[in-house]
Amino acid sequence: MALIKKLPVNPKIDFMGKRKLFMAFSVLLIVLSVVMVATRGLNLGIDFRGGVLIEVKTTEPADLNALRSRMSSLNIGEISLQEFGAPDEVLINIQKQEGGEKKQMEAIQLVKAELGSDVAEYRRVEFVGPKVGAELKKDGALATIFALLGIAFYIWFRFEWQFSVAALLALTHDVITTIGFFAITQYEFNLASLAAILTVAGYSINDTVVIFDRVRDELRRYKKMEVIDILNMAVNKTLSRTILTSVTTLLALVALFVFGGEVLRGLSLALIWGVGIGTYSSIALAVPLLFAADVRSPVPEEEENGEGSENGQEA
Amino acid sequence: MVQIPKWQIFAIIGVLVLGIYYAMPNVFKEQTLDNFPEWVASDQINLGLDLQGGSYLLLEVDLEGVQSEQLSNLIEGFRTSLRAERIGYENLRVEDGAATFDLKDRSDEMSSRVRAMIFQNNPGLLITTDNGTINAAYSEQAVQQRKISVLNQSIEVIRRRVDETGTKEISLQRQGENRIVLQAPGEEDPERLKALIGPTAKLNFQLVNQNADPYSGKAPVGSQILLSQDLQANGQPQRYVINKRIMVKGENLTDAQATFQDGQPVISFTFNTTGAKRFADATQKNVNRPFAIVLDGKVISAPVIRSPILTGTGIISGNFTTQSAEELALLLRAGALPADISFEEERTVGAGLGEDSVTAGKYASIIGLVLVLIFMGLAYGLFGIMANFALVANLVLIVAVLSLFQATLTLPGIAGIVLTIGMAVDANVLIFERIREEIRNGRGPVMAVDAGYKRAIATILDSNITTLIAAVLLFQFGTGPIKGFAVTLTIGIITSMFTAIMFTRLLIVVWLRRKRPQSLGI
Repeated sequence: MALIKKLPVNPKIDFMGKRKLFMAFSVLLIVLSVVMVATRGLNLGIDFRGGVLIEVKTTEPADLNALRSRMSSLNIGEISLQEFGAPDEVLINIQKQEGGEKKQMEAIQLVKAELGSDVAEYRRVEFVGPKVGAELKKDGALATIFALLGIAFYIWFRFEWQFSVAALLALTHDVITTIGFFAITQYEFNLASLAAILTVAGYSINDTVVIFDRVRDELRRYKKMEVIDILNMAVNKTLSRTILTSVTTLLALVALFVFGGEVLRGLSLALIWGVGIGTYSSIALAVPLLFAADVRSPVPEEEENGEGSENGQEA
Repeated sequence: MVQIPKWQIFAIIGVLVLGIYYAMPNVFKEQTLDNFPEWVASDQINLGLDLQGGSYLLLEVDLEGVQSEQLSNLIEGFRTSLRAERIGYENLRVEDGAATFDLKDRSDEMSSRVRAMIFQNNPGLLITTDNGTINAAYSEQAVQQRKISVLNQSIEVIRRRVDETGTKEISLQRQGENRIVLQAPGEEDPERLKALIGPTAKLNFQLVNQNADPYSGKAPVGSQILLSQDLQANGQPQRYVINKRIMVKGENLTDAQATFQDGQPVISFTFNTTGAKRFADATQKNVNRPFAIVLDGKVISAPVIRSPILTGTGIISGNFTTQSAEELALLLRAGALPADISFEEERTVGAGLGEDSVTAGKYASIIGLVLVLIFMGLAYGLFGIMANFALVANLVLIVAVLSLFQATLTLPGIAGIVLTIGMAVDANVLIFERIREEIRNGRGPVMAVDAGYKRAIATILDSNITTLIAAVLLFQFGTGPIKGFAVTLTIGIITSMFTAIMFTRLLIVVWLRRKRPQSLGI
């Protein structure tokens, strides 16, 4: 009793017909992301901005307001407190202190002294110096750019340049909107978020390549068919796979989101978002971009058959 | 594709058996493992500091400071030898990483004489002369070598210091050109560790210049004003005018121990032969004058020399507690760092959080796995169950590879495993969907399976290689825990290709041969 048989055997959804709608939606998403990053900004974690982070378990459920006023009396700049997963767990973010590493350590000691016996357990104490923070930022940006270019290069090598350009654009869309996701939700943007972005890129390209592979197949098989129909057919034929894989990945990620603990929550949520956006962009962006890039012309076998079929008059 | 050569069957089964073998130690408690014979695999997965608790410190070694110190030493050397030879010079300075000065006598003969003189004293220098201007620099290679040796020496000194305390397994690794990563599993309060490795611990014995007023602002030539390490009653450190010339250096110490003198904690030390001789000479010449014991530019104490000290041993007294005396004695025994170090990054995770993370990770993995297993079973029936076997085999292989290569599993690494659970079935989904298409195109079961595999493989390879590119770059640029994410993701992608393609194929082919089904049921 395989439920897969209940899926429509040969869906004929006209994805390409809605390509302008998709394009508009994606442009909107990108604009929204850029605007949000520019105005609201990312909630940078200490990985990138430097500073001190302390996670404590308090002996009793924490009264954040009281704690806040006690912390502000320490005069070590801005300190943010938030509940972290449970009422007796508090995340304390201390602004980067003027002066060297010693000053940061003094700030930690001050906070520890102020908290005193209210704290049952210091779960985490992290300090990142400004130099390291700047480097991590730079390395992160480089990793993302190299990953995108590396992927694009591989696609160019395995397919044609149109595929590569379409994939690169779709991936850039995924990366920008995932960063936008962090700007909108104000989830902390840290090293794990960077991992999320690269994984989203990896997942999205995985999806895209499967569809591209089919597009290439069908282009070779149906030389006389209109490109737009071939693209639609390729998406439809791989649709069941696209859905199934998204579902299994999402199932695993939801398990991670719910049960994986507070530290991984931001990462798993970003991945859930990314799987969605990656799946969407493969179908709704990468494939229409192939069309826009005039994919048929360079397929080698095509040239021998004459160019007439390019516009599909004979199909 | 439906024909599988015998050797392939053996290879597939062999890999799985090895996988189970190497994954097995993780099922047992550590005590149980200790009772196993030695030749049995007993390596468990290596948990990262974020999972087992501990401290991670990133140290930066001040190589530039070393370089500029080296150049100013060079300049002092030039000054001394030029004066000794009575050669006129001016504008002795450090410029663009080189020591430079102008000769008063700008003749070529003088230039080549000075050049030869410098070369004789410092054969490693690159010396250029230009119309009476002498320029001396260390070669790029020498600078590079110096940097490497300073970094290695620093690691060695830190290791000596740490080892002396008998602290548990601490790992020290070079990172990049000027950094050291220190990982101390189980260490929840790194302050003690930092107090131990932070100080440069450069100890010098220098004479106090009694003829100058330390409060006059500027020290006379050849001396400098240093502050005391301890504060006076008025809350201010005491000021001393100290001769720049060093009587004896700390590197001439052979031993230092914390002990007591008149009930006060002090440090007793012993010089080596060279140190003992120099100390004897200096104390003989300066009876009734004070000398300063200077540690990292601060005066610990400045006792007066009552009588010449010829034994090569002595006592450092100061405002010590038992603990601080012991710490300083240890630093002196382990030796000074060749360069100053600073702490650039520090992450400490308590054992409680680590344990919670492991538990949460286990839950998330198991629940994610069960959800995917159920879904695949429902979606594909018998084929789904075969894919599920592959999925479980994949998990076993990931655990085996992590244990075998002792890769570090971090919390993001667990996330990578959970993600892999979801993504690993993709290869099977691709294959099964192709098979379904072939069936719809009217092929029989065997032919459909055959064609389905053949067609899906190129797609699987392409899509996984692109994902691998992202994972590898993440590994390359990521640090610490994030590297762990890239590691599990990479391992997961590779093992999943093996299990999803090879292992399920074996299962399906065996099933086809045994049952010879009329339809595949998908």
